[in-house]
Amino acid sequence: MEMDAVTALLAAAVGAGTPLLYAALGEILCERSGVLNLGVEGMMLVGAVCGFLAAVETKSPGAGVAAAMLAGGALAAVHAFMTVTLRVNQIISGLALALFGTGVSSYLGKHLIGVPLPVTPGPLPIPGLADLPVVGAVLFSRDPLVYASYLLVPTAWFWIHRTRPGLHLRAVGEDPATADAAGVNVYRVRYAGILAGGMLAGLGGAYLSLFYAPCWVENMTAGRGWIALALVIFAVWSPLRALAGAWLFGGIEALGFRIQVLGAVVSPFFLKMLPYLFTIAVLVFFTAWNRRRRIGAPEALGLPYERE
Amino acid sequence: MFVIERRAERSALFRFVSPALAVLTALVCGALFLKVSGFDPLAVYGGMWRGAFGDAYGLSETIVKAIPIALCALGIAVAFRMNLWNIGAEGQLYAGAAAAAWVALSFPGAPAAFVLPAMTAAGMSAGALWALLAAVPRAWVGANEILTTLMLNYTAVFLSEYLIHGPWKDPAGFNFPLSPAFSEAARLPAFGDTRIHAGLIFALAAAAALTVALRKTKWGYELRLVGASPAVATYAGVGIARHVLVAMAVGGALAGLAGMTEVSAITGRLQYGLSPGYGYSAIIVAWLAKLSPAGILAMAFLFGGLLVGGYAVQFIGVPAAAVNMLQGAMLFFWLAAEFLGRYRVALRGRPREVR
Repeated sequence: MEMDAVTALLAAAVGAGTPLLYAALGEILCERSGVLNLGVEGMMLVGAVCGFLAAVETKSPGAGVAAAMLAGGALAAVHAFMTVTLRVNQIISGLALALFGTGVSSYLGKHLIGVPLPVTPGPLPIPGLADLPVVGAVLFSRDPLVYASYLLVPTAWFWIHRTRPGLHLRAVGEDPATADAAGVNVYRVRYAGILAGGMLAGLGGAYLSLFYAPCWVENMTAGRGWIALALVIFAVWSPLRALAGAWLFGGIEALGFRIQVLGAVVSPFFLKMLPYLFTIAVLVFFTAWNRRRRIGAPEALGLPYERE
Repeated sequence: MFVIERRAERSALFRFVSPALAVLTALVCGALFLKVSGFDPLAVYGGMWRGAFGDAYGLSETIVKAIPIALCALGIAVAFRMNLWNIGAEGQLYAGAAAAAWVALSFPGAPAAFVLPAMTAAGMSAGALWALLAAVPRAWVGANEILTTLMLNYTAVFLSEYLIHGPWKDPAGFNFPLSPAFSEAARLPAFGDTRIHAGLIFALAAAAALTVALRKTKWGYELRLVGASPAVATYAGVGIARHVLVAMAVGGALAGLAGMTEVSAITGRLQYGLSPGYGYSAIIVAWLAKLSPAGILAMAFLFGGLLVGGYAVQFIGVPAAAVNMLQGAMLFFWLAAEFLGRYRVALRGRPREVR
């Protein structure tokens, strides 16, 4: 492959990986608090449609992003109420959220199909850095949300591992009874984790509909919410590894696209399967790998907390 | 302030009330949503009711939609009983449909007595195999079956799209993505003038067989044991891996059967949009029915009606997705009603707890 083709592929990988990255970071915050939220697909879709709707109405991508985060957070609040306050099964509630969110997004988006975005936010090259070979085009000639993800990853890592609230988050996810005894408000921490997760999933959805596509198509996330959940396992609940994973998964998606454009003999339908088959392979491999190295999910993941 | 306290035992009343409560509350919330988006809720629900249950045609179409939902839900409920999350009925349905279509297209001149049983066997086997693709990694390394079955759903849909765009494309189909039409012998018979087909008998038979198997056999007992406590089950010598494989394969086979009946009885060929999400509706149906086979039949009928009613009100501009929203909301409200069965909410003064 020529250098230009490699650069284009890497750039496409970062673009395709960014929505996955936001969703996975959100789910990491949520799962670190001990709550599994399987509704990522639904929250991303509702984020995508609400973000698009708001951007069309206000002609401002910023308002679209804000609306998407609010919408994702609102759906997550339902999950938080169900799982933290009512202590119902987290898996069923998450599935309900995914199905409900998918329905809501199609309902709200019915009149948005084929509507163009009034302002298409273009890339914002960073002076100096953007002129570097390869990395300049891949990393530093992007839209603001990609840059924000560069900042969010180390911030999330630092917050989880090096601050007091982050310690509380981890404590609640590992051993809520002990955290409670130590004076941490388990319910509040869990609500915060779930809401942050929902807002970031909504943001990931908005990235798709406002920057990546940019348009609204029914079910446009096409399973990215579920792929993000697999990514969390791949990343062993660490934001830094989530970045690497998101770009890797984005790279697979972009690769399928590129091969198609280059006019390969492979059927486009097999190329479309690529990200899903890759996800299964990664999931199986890393589940086995994590198990052998005895690293895994937060200890209390999936268990409702009830004060004795 | 309000306090939430656990009931000494599950409320017997709520066991029966919670599904009805869930459906009603979801409908009320749906009405508010419809009102806000500018529709007359009563007109919409009235239209849905008349469309789904109002006349013989509507009722028969409701049953037609209920058949695949019931088959899928019966299958996944087996896995749900042991806390195994087979979310892949949709993909297993497509795998079964593709395999059944392969048989029908390969033996265009064969008599019905051969081709229908062969399509059934192929559909069920393909569905079971598709489920095993997720079950084996789950049993072997513990790979999350929710995610693998979901990924396989997308894969199965693309696979069947590949087939109808590529090797199986109808040469006489004006370039539309369709397989050639099956021979008459490969079409499941229907009852009278309706589209209700022999799949109804499959669903009823599956429900009866599962009721007996779950209640009266060692397998059914062990399934419950694994669901209640994998540790106890292991201690009692119950092989969990084996149960994972069997429960997933049974679910896959029934979903595959649903796929076979759809191509054989309804479309008569492999084509786009075989399922408007039957496999996903089935998840909700299974829970609202508390995983009971008889309950699943009843709930599948209701959900079939929702689908048909949803189509009926599309002409007054209500998006079809309204039905998906309602179904998702029902699962939430069912969960909330289950909560009320397990806990009571009491109004108390400040808790007199030593701090």
